[in-house]
Amino acid sequence: MTHWLIAPVLVPALLGSLMVLWMRHDLLQQRVFGLIGSLLTLAVALVLTGMAAGGEVHVYRLGNWPAPFGIVLMLDRLSALMLLLTAILAVVVQLYGVGSGWDRKGWHFHSLWQFQLMGLNGAFLTGDAFNLFVFFEVLLIASYGLMIHGGGPMRLRAGVQYISFNLAGSTLFLAALGTLYTVTGTLNMADMAERVAMMPVEDTALLRTGAVLLLLVFAIKAALVPLHFWLPSTYANAPGPVAALFAIMTKVGVYAIIRFFTLIFPQDSVTENIATDLILPAALITLTLGQIGVLGTRSLTRLAAYAVVASVGMLMISVARFDAQGLTAGLYYLIHSTLVGAALFLVVDLVAARRGGDFWLRLRPAIANTGLISALFFLTAIAVVGLPPLSGFLGKLMILNATMDDPWMAGIWSTILITSLVALVAFSRAGSILFWKAHEMDPEPGNDTDEGEAPKRGPIPTKLETDEPIQDVADSAAPWLAFLSTGTLLAGSVALTLFAGPLTRYLQGTADQLTSPQIYYESVLRQQEGSR
Amino acid sequence: MEFLVASAVGAITAAGIYLILRLRTFAVVLGMTMLTYAINAFLFATGRLVVNKPPILLGHSNINPADYTDPLPQALVLTAIVISFGMTAVVVMMALGAFIEGGDDHINMPDDDRIMPTLKTLDDQKPEDETA
Repeated sequence: MTHWLIAPVLVPALLGSLMVLWMRHDLLQQRVFGLIGSLLTLAVALVLTGMAAGGEVHVYRLGNWPAPFGIVLMLDRLSALMLLLTAILAVVVQLYGVGSGWDRKGWHFHSLWQFQLMGLNGAFLTGDAFNLFVFFEVLLIASYGLMIHGGGPMRLRAGVQYISFNLAGSTLFLAALGTLYTVTGTLNMADMAERVAMMPVEDTALLRTGAVLLLLVFAIKAALVPLHFWLPSTYANAPGPVAALFAIMTKVGVYAIIRFFTLIFPQDSVTENIATDLILPAALITLTLGQIGVLGTRSLTRLAAYAVVASVGMLMISVARFDAQGLTAGLYYLIHSTLVGAALFLVVDLVAARRGGDFWLRLRPAIANTGLISALFFLTAIAVVGLPPLSGFLGKLMILNATMDDPWMAGIWSTILITSLVALVAFSRAGSILFWKAHEMDPEPGNDTDEGEAPKRGPIPTKLETDEPIQDVADSAAPWLAFLSTGTLLAGSVALTLFAGPLTRYLQGTADQLTSPQIYYESVLRQQEGSR
Repeated sequence: MEFLVASAVGAITAAGIYLILRLRTFAVVLGMTMLTYAINAFLFATGRLVVNKPPILLGHSNINPADYTDPLPQALVLTAIVISFGMTAVVVMMALGAFIEGGDDHINMPDDDRIMPTLKTLDDQKPEDETA
């Protein structure tokens, strides 16, 4: 039994606590150790991806207890993929947090970052349903801290909404788990899956209730309409790098839906097509509402938040098929939308920082570094909208291809194509207001003093001390680092396009693994020599 | 007994849901607490309700499972209590922070979150808030 599987949980947990205890007042040490923690997690994720690529499911039995009784961690291709994606995103966005100076706007940025990573990694690795709940709480409590990082009335209010919504979601999660435990008598995912598969159809009313409750919980995390109401205000008011990291948080919900509804409640089990029937319409509405939100909002941060909602809708359309092709396309879009969604939040933050914290979509005199930032915005917009040549186009093409023989094909295709046009209009408008028309405005002579004053009175004062200026260019430690990390995320999108072939083969392997649950029964429940 | 527990869970859940739909943070926090109580009682009942039976095995031979109650829900309830207690503390702190910084305890976001203030009102915002 290899101990690598526990490392993605242990490394951030240890470093996070060390930073709280020993480096509370030393930002430099926090930065160094925070980055070391994220880089170590990335290294471990690479090792685990190598292990999982072979196609077998690795199982780690905590305390060496045999499977249905003890908690297990399991590593398959999907977990490895999610771990790697999280680690890459965490490292790059953390660099942005350092470069833009966001990490010194409040306390414990880097240790909360590590706890967030711990929760995310644990949620992706665990093979126990109740343990999944615990890791959800770990990542949520870290995200509450990160979300209100920097403070300010708007952010705190949005934080209260965010916590309340998620607390209600957690109680729903417990209700769902309780229901499933009553029916199946187990919480181990593989064991539960095997018992559900053997259950007579006439006894499954309660089981189906549990499955739908669980779907609701994960739909809250994934922000599927009508459970998306927490997302726009939360993401729009979160600090830029935190919102960028949160791009992976909606994907945790998507991951959990994929995990539970391929392993425990697959299409041929007693719950039949319950997941598809509920998710597909919700996903279509999510995509439509998300893109309308992108077009309708007058705030840049909210525009990025609605782009996240739309991307979840798009990827759930494909995942809702729960077959190998749909999952492959969905997972490709998942990787793409995580990287690009994060890049969008970072670009928006770059813009807002150079306009004295003004994130509203309105004419202001041209900003500093306007050439570089407008290029970044242009590339991000291309990727988000899904125009060739970047990965958004390929992802959309794969989703269209996967839904070709769907009975809802006409509805799906027209929704995807029309909403893409809506997004194109929205991003063109935003870009021309921000970068083109700005040149027509003369920098007003009196405006310079205003810009010094305006930030302090802006909707979100991000400062902690009264004498510390709100985020602006002068405040960022190393602007080049901020540009570099934004560019790296976009380079990720380019890499997704260039290496689409090998990646798709890996994703096909992932989808094949997911659609044959017997592999999981076998590895988790049968092969237990080392455990007695 | 089943009826008593089930109706208690139902009544507390109903009260909790009513309270979290209120527009002030205090009521919402109370509602959240009610909801977690109800869920804890519900989780406890998932192992079936039995009276006067221990959850821990006594001895190693001649074990009759019917003499014992299911220990797992008790462990789950314990975890759930700890987590929900911690979360309630967090939401109380956050609500207090929002009340102190924002000036009122409304749950809804103010209009400024969605509607673009004109550049003029952006500058005048602070004094306006204080007078209101």
